[in-house]
Amino acid sequence: MNNVALQIDQLSKRYRIGESVAYKTLRESITGLLRQPFCRMGLTDGAAGDRNARSFIWALKDITLAISRGDIVAIIGRNGAGKSTLLKILARITRPTSGKAEINGRVGAILEVGTGFHPELTGRENIFLNGAILGMRRFEINRKFDEIVEFAEVEKFIDTPVKRYSSGMYVRLAFSVAAHMEPDILLVDEVLAVGDLAFQRKCLGKMESVANEGRTVVFVSHQMHAVRTLCKSTVWLEAGRVAEAGPTFAVVKHYEETGLQSLDDSAPVVIRSSQEVQSRQFFIQRLEMINRDGNRTNIFSYEDHMTLMVEVGGECKFDQYSLEFGIHKDSGEYVCTGVSCLFHGVYFSRSTRTVRIDIGPLIMTNGRYSISLRLRTEMSIPDVWVPAGIFHIIECNPFALRREIKTPVCVIGHRFIAAD
Amino acid sequence: MYPQKVIIKPRSRLELPTFREFTENRDILYFLVWRDIKIRYKQTLLGVAWVVLQPLVNMIIIAVIFGRFARLPSEGYPYTVFTLVALLPWQLFAYALAQTTDSLIANEKLITKIYFPRILIPLAPVFSGFFDFMIATVLLGLIMLYYQIPPGISLLLLPVFALLAMIMALGVGLWFTALNVRFRDVRYAVPFISQVWFYLTPVAYSAALIPEKWRSIYWLNPMAGVAEGFRWAILNTPAPDLTVFAISSMSGLLVLFSGVLYFQRVESEFADII
Repeated sequence: MNNVALQIDQLSKRYRIGESVAYKTLRESITGLLRQPFCRMGLTDGAAGDRNARSFIWALKDITLAISRGDIVAIIGRNGAGKSTLLKILARITRPTSGKAEINGRVGAILEVGTGFHPELTGRENIFLNGAILGMRRFEINRKFDEIVEFAEVEKFIDTPVKRYSSGMYVRLAFSVAAHMEPDILLVDEVLAVGDLAFQRKCLGKMESVANEGRTVVFVSHQMHAVRTLCKSTVWLEAGRVAEAGPTFAVVKHYEETGLQSLDDSAPVVIRSSQEVQSRQFFIQRLEMINRDGNRTNIFSYEDHMTLMVEVGGECKFDQYSLEFGIHKDSGEYVCTGVSCLFHGVYFSRSTRTVRIDIGPLIMTNGRYSISLRLRTEMSIPDVWVPAGIFHIIECNPFALRREIKTPVCVIGHRFIAAD
Repeated sequence: MYPQKVIIKPRSRLELPTFREFTENRDILYFLVWRDIKIRYKQTLLGVAWVVLQPLVNMIIIAVIFGRFARLPSEGYPYTVFTLVALLPWQLFAYALAQTTDSLIANEKLITKIYFPRILIPLAPVFSGFFDFMIATVLLGLIMLYYQIPPGISLLLLPVFALLAMIMALGVGLWFTALNVRFRDVRYAVPFISQVWFYLTPVAYSAALIPEKWRSIYWLNPMAGVAEGFRWAILNTPAPDLTVFAISSMSGLLVLFSGVLYFQRVESEFADII
């Protein structure tokens, strides 16, 4: 048998941007249709495309890859690099504009957790519905039903409509159904970002065991930790092209290095969009991140200090307010928090427009972190800004060279001393 | 489960789902229909009674307006029965058409996140509509019993006419739902189209009222054939011309055929433009 699970040749996908051409008027289309029965309508390579070459964007351009049976391959890259488009083409949801891909084996795709779930149906009913939609046969679902329920830890609520589920239960059930597909090739799009940490770990374990059974897994992720843990090889996409493909440790390392030079998803000064706060009377307007040297940045070294300058806007109805911040790692851990009133009894008078928060030393390990901010007044929480800003920690990667399973969130300062 | 080979290529002019794809995915159709039926009357007070109430209320309105006030002829039957007999297949058609038209938009998530033959999505409401139709026929039985109308042998042809109504709903629905993905105008136009169509179909009145010279065009509407067929099969009204049914069936099949072709023609771009 052929040992290649996926053979991708010169795959390209072009999308139309803007609405000007995509939405022809109904009249135009009908007249066109009458002139030429069953002629090409809309998004095809016809003459309409050439007229407006500028309004196209190549989401993928000449991707050529071969993935062997039994491999776990990660696809990494920044937002808009084409990762999801590639997965959608492989899952046959959308067609490439040119090129081709050959797939050997049954494909299961988890592009979203819980697709097809219906809130009015019970957990039991949704397992069957969702299972069928994901491509499982009825007898397969029957056979795995107990396993699915057990994995999701929702035994007690299996006959309750899922609209009454907590979001955690919902996600667990949805992932559990998906995790029990038995495809030859599993395509997974960033679904591990859901659920609590314990469940995420369980999912990672499940994916590892899938791979150990000789199935092929293609896994899109922003979480380098998960990528390092799970995948032997990695494909790095940049602007629709393959920037690098090879062993995970090398590709991820290069990706992270260039990532720090051009962090396009974050800025040291973040200004809230007026749209977001237009309905609020009192809100946070602006956040600025400053390092120990007084420079605006969102890249911090391990044990650096961070200063946040937080500017409020609008009108505070009370005499004073207080401020709260939180830091989250992008893998979901809630790293720390600080609340001016509760922790320190510090309040700001309504005339104070800018608050400085000094944080540090930052003892987190390498990774991407987000800051959340919250305004508090005597009676209420007038504004929550999540995520307010993004920053990165570098120079603390205790397991850079070895694929340890658990990288801690923090490394607290410590010493080892022979004491006998 | 067996390994299979799939080649992904740019879209071509027309691709029909293979038979294997269909059989492999028949459970999806089953569960889509099942979901429709399960959730339709969730959180309603009367539940499935609506299936019977809708034609009943329509029947009363029509019987009062057309029978009592306008005094239209009803071939010797009580106007209520006369109307109800044609109303049942009409509601099957109208419901299936409306739901089919909406189906792709309503299932946008499925289209953008999962692959399976898209045609199963508009197919499902036709079946769930049929389920409602079956329940509503109980009403018909009761009314026939009440008026003591004996069922005839022609009753056996009823499923054929019901099938024609479903074929028609699916054929038109495939056109509409595929167009609806691109032009949301369709969903606003459908209620009007449906309303006009209702009056072009002998539901609220007898086809005998149509002047001779318009007849041949009139029967091009397959639903006219269906409505008359139902009357004939249940009430033993004078048997209509065979050519009437031939014309109705032919135009019904033509619409279905063109609908399937058009749907498959544009299917592969749904995920990109929905």
